[in-house]
Amino acid sequence: MLSKKRSKLFYLFVFPWIFGFLFLTAGPMLYSLYLSFTNSSGFGTPDWVGLDNYSRMFNQDPLFWKSLGNTFFYTALSVPLSLVTGYLLAVLLNTKVKFMGVFRTIFYLPSIVPTVATSLLWMLIFQPNFGIANAILDFFGLPTSLWLLSEQMVKPTLVIMSLWGIGGGMVIYLAGLQEVPKSLYEAADMDGASTWRKFFNITVPMTSPVIFFQLIMGLIGALQVFTQAYVVSSGSGGPNYQSLFFVFYLYQQGFRYFNQGYGSAMAWILFFLVLILTGFIFNSVGKKVYYESGD
Amino acid sequence: MELTGEQKSIQKKYKSIEKEIKVKRILIYLALISLSIVFIFPFLWMLFTAFKPENEAMAFPPRLLPRVWDLENFGEVFQIVPFATFYKNSIIVAGLGTLGTVLSSSLVAYGFARIKATGRGVWFALLMSTLMLPPQVTMIPVYIIWSRLGFVDSLVPLIVPAFLGNSYYIFLLRQFFRTIPKEVEESAYLDGANTFQIYWKLILPMSRAAIITVTLLSFMGFWNDFMNPLIYLHSVENYTLAIGVMQFQGALTVYWGPMMAASTLMLIPLVIIFFTGQKHFVEGIATQGNKG
Repeated sequence: MLSKKRSKLFYLFVFPWIFGFLFLTAGPMLYSLYLSFTNSSGFGTPDWVGLDNYSRMFNQDPLFWKSLGNTFFYTALSVPLSLVTGYLLAVLLNTKVKFMGVFRTIFYLPSIVPTVATSLLWMLIFQPNFGIANAILDFFGLPTSLWLLSEQMVKPTLVIMSLWGIGGGMVIYLAGLQEVPKSLYEAADMDGASTWRKFFNITVPMTSPVIFFQLIMGLIGALQVFTQAYVVSSGSGGPNYQSLFFVFYLYQQGFRYFNQGYGSAMAWILFFLVLILTGFIFNSVGKKVYYESGD
Repeated sequence: MELTGEQKSIQKKYKSIEKEIKVKRILIYLALISLSIVFIFPFLWMLFTAFKPENEAMAFPPRLLPRVWDLENFGEVFQIVPFATFYKNSIIVAGLGTLGTVLSSSLVAYGFARIKATGRGVWFALLMSTLMLPPQVTMIPVYIIWSRLGFVDSLVPLIVPAFLGNSYYIFLLRQFFRTIPKEVEESAYLDGANTFQIYWKLILPMSRAAIITVTLLSFMGFWNDFMNPLIYLHSVENYTLAIGVMQFQGALTVYWGPMMAASTLMLIPLVIIFFTGQKHFVEGIATQGNKG
């Protein structure tokens, strides 16, 4: 039985969030949709321009495509890599090793470092003239690189930087791995299953909800990559627009050139991209996820 | 004869398995130790560079340890930029922001967890859907709102939204509150407590671990936030640390030593927080993935 009094009480408790939802999320979303059909520049009244922003984006703006391509490249490289390495690291830690807590802390710690500090630190490490990365390559007689200043290497280098933070995913995988019932492995041992088979037929399926969650979150996060690229390129997206990611370009359009209409149109494209990609993953990978009970 | 031969072969097999397990263990430890070195190394590089005088910080080939341990960079941090002001601003934003986030998110989470009402399901579905929404979709209009209200170039737009709850933490806390047995609240009702008192005096203290987790995550989120300060703060005296540390990268020179000293100083509160709350923290974070 739902009493009116309880209902009122509920709305009293959740009022802060509903207020925020209306004025900082739903309202602005609609406003942003409206802006995307205008030439709003932050000054004066914006004019309605219909689909101009969208058609300019698709037909006349090479940087839009460039930034989209850069973002896909980064996402396609960093998401699977950090997923696999983070998972393997967790599997390694889950082998009843001594000092597990110490190792876990060591691997986790880099993920609490602010992205700005991480980026500045790796800029120093990858500095072409006196950075330690080139010094090590040089010591072994290997070819050195311009890293973040090289058109070909800037995105792969950003991916390498992102791998320093895999500890964040690792602790989540580790918690999932520790919940896998031991009895399953014992039964498999009785049947003489190999380590390999146990890994693919027990470990992976049993932890698939965690893997799936990390995949979705990682994907949404990677599509929004911004801070690292902004810091290492000093806000330019260089060299030659190779680190100009989608959100980076959106920021430039909306807040540097004050093309609020164009920026809003880009924001909606991003929103649709996230919806389509996550929807696709839910419908393909999501169906293979194993849930123990219908919780 | 036959029997002992069989026994011998079994013994041999057993020994070889034992040996294999031992080798495996050693390999795992070797992998973990070498990976640990790789993960720790950048921290050491940051720390040691912070103590290197300028000529050493930019020497090739670089040395791991400074020849001369020099505190000068830490002094320069405060001379090159108004670093103390950045620090103060970050403490204000992260402190008030965290306070607002924890108070509002826990209140809202309790409503969603325990108070039945018409429309609750719909609001909760909306809450969950905002988790997927990239913040960039609302960034431009929200900026316009704050600019109309005259709060651009102040800390206000960074702090006030925190008091309206954070969808993610609301969800985490709701999940936690739902694990508390209902009998606890029922007996409190019989003693004459009202719902707010139950939330404030009973549920919050009982949820210490979850509250600590959200407090730490939220503090780190505000401390590390880059995009909002970048958009809203224009005058240097309003900068937070996240955008302030970028100032060491001048147009012509990069102050590597002071930059690493500043990064180290920015990291210290996070490391302290991490180690004091580690137990709750690692457990709390780990539960994030078990959403299903």
